[in-house]
Amino acid sequence: MAEKALYFADDKSRRLYLAKTIIVKVLVYLFLTIFALFLLAPFVLMIVGSFVNAKAFDVFKNTADFSQLGFANWGFSNYAEVFKDTYVNNLGQTVPKSGNNFPVFFLNTFIVAVGSTTVTVVTAVLAAFAFARLEFKGKEALFALLLATMMIPGEMMVITNFTTVSKLGWTNTFSALIFVHGVSVFYVFYLRQTFQQIPNELYLAAKVDGVSDIGYLWKVMIPIAMPTITTIIILSMMGSWNSFVWPNLVANGTWMNKKGGHSMLLVSNGLRLLFSQGSENLEAIKIAGSMVISIPLFIIFICFRKYIMRGVSRSGIKG
Amino acid sequence: MVANEINMKGAEVKSTIDPKTVKLVSKRRRVTLPQWGTAWIVLIPALIFICLFMLYPIINTFLYAFIQDFQYAKGAGSFALGQFISTITNGPARNAAFGFNNFVLALENSVFRQSILNTAILTIVEVPLTIIVSLLIATFLNSIKVLKGFYQTIFFLPYVTNTIALGLIFNIAFSKTPGGFVNILLHDVFGVQDPINWLSSAPYKIGGPTATKFTQGVVLVIYSLWNGIAFKILVFMSGLATIDKQYSDAAKIDGASGFTIWRRITLPLLSPQILYITITSFIGSFKMYTGVMSVYQGINADAYYFGGDKGNDWIPVVGWIYKQLDADQLRPGIASAASLILLAIIMVITAAQFAVSKKRVHY
Repeated sequence: MAEKALYFADDKSRRLYLAKTIIVKVLVYLFLTIFALFLLAPFVLMIVGSFVNAKAFDVFKNTADFSQLGFANWGFSNYAEVFKDTYVNNLGQTVPKSGNNFPVFFLNTFIVAVGSTTVTVVTAVLAAFAFARLEFKGKEALFALLLATMMIPGEMMVITNFTTVSKLGWTNTFSALIFVHGVSVFYVFYLRQTFQQIPNELYLAAKVDGVSDIGYLWKVMIPIAMPTITTIIILSMMGSWNSFVWPNLVANGTWMNKKGGHSMLLVSNGLRLLFSQGSENLEAIKIAGSMVISIPLFIIFICFRKYIMRGVSRSGIKG
Repeated sequence: MVANEINMKGAEVKSTIDPKTVKLVSKRRRVTLPQWGTAWIVLIPALIFICLFMLYPIINTFLYAFIQDFQYAKGAGSFALGQFISTITNGPARNAAFGFNNFVLALENSVFRQSILNTAILTIVEVPLTIIVSLLIATFLNSIKVLKGFYQTIFFLPYVTNTIALGLIFNIAFSKTPGGFVNILLHDVFGVQDPINWLSSAPYKIGGPTATKFTQGVVLVIYSLWNGIAFKILVFMSGLATIDKQYSDAAKIDGASGFTIWRRITLPLLSPQILYITITSFIGSFKMYTGVMSVYQGINADAYYFGGDKGNDWIPVVGWIYKQLDADQLRPGIASAASLILLAIIMVITAAQFAVSKKRVHY
């Protein structure tokens, strides 16, 4: 440490310096801890609220009686309630929840996440390859055009896409959720930078060996750029999991197929349905619903922390 | 097998014959595309999506906004120019005009003006607050060694949480009852006697207080702070990691205090990141919608409820735009005009920030 190398005129000033350093350290940790608690508080509320019996939580809300939150009242009843397809209304009757089906929401979200991630990654890899490796007329102009679209707020595109989707008959289908955001200019840009770092010599060597351009992309560039592609896959999956605005506009109902109706809601919209239907006064059940859709994200975060944080620090996009 | 053969041949000729002949050898075996051909083929998938769902919508939105009396239901549907042409040929001539009609309609709407004001207020309060807090946290995080990774993970957690889920938790934490977590905190730590009604326009008990615009705004700012610092801390941390230790060491030898070093060395060297964060936060804040909506959702599950009796207390611009696309009142013309106004505001602010930063940012 730098402190050791410092010389002091006398013992007093040395002690003063050390005391000052320690006080600053304590204040720094105090500040960080206070903010860490501020950030963790909602998660604590989430965990406690989801496990405490819904009735007990309601009593606690109105009386601030902490004994209601004791472990004696903990259990999985709220989670069971989230997955049930009936609820007890204010009059004590058992009523079916219309359209509330969490397994289906999970399945939908999974299909959309995998589908849109596949499309996004394929288009991004191919386009980034063209921009990074190949020479063609109008390359710079086209790339500049792509970058320019990044500056336009997405709301401007949503208006027309919304009407295009209904024109194509895609309302309440997976196509609307998968294909409309089938290309991400940012991922093309991000991947192009990674591709450009691959040394030219590899390309020339592959050419000499008679490998085609596509073969080179498949056998050399993709394996080398795999960490970046992994980051893109994870960020794109997380984006699908958290997406709310677009699905809420175009897929907020039922998809009528041959087998009958299939609810098209994704987890975020499904969660909002849980808020609006049944158990109005029992907030603990809503908290359990929030927990159910948050857990997969936390698991992904714990497993891929490195990839996520690296990707995010470069991107500046949420989801 | 075939690949092997080519490989061997390639390696063989490489040493003796010049590369041009190698090209000939491979040409005999298969037809190779020129580079520009391959390029356009691999670009096709991306270009289809970009043209259909990005470029066309941008152009179309401009047309929507400027075609007078644009009505989606009439004829050509989403294709604005098509409808314009069909109106010229079939409809009464007054409909077939370009003009600022939609802009006038949007600006005449008091809720739209309210939404611009709301968004501006939230932005002015929230953006500086989040930037200062995240800058402090990043500086402190950078100065410690013990538990650094642990704190860093905690501060990143908000980024990976679902907005809708988190909004509900905030809604419950700011509940109007005595058992709302924030009210408990205020009561037990600060001695506030009556529970505060933060968000609801219905009083907790008869004659009790209802939420005011101020209390609702406080909740929104705290939520934005919570939601916004993760990304900023990460960017500031990566900026701090690139600053050379030499400068601060030299300043230390000259007897500069920790604060002076931070003010005179760290901040100027971090200014590119600060500029980047300022611009993206202003843009992000002006596009705020899901956050505001999700904080109110526990009270009202309507996606266009933003507090108050009529649901318009804190309506953001984007919320108003989406509301125009709601099935009951499909008004893409006005929505487009509003989104162009939003674009203009964002561009003016960004340009102003670049102009101000020219003197202050050190690259």
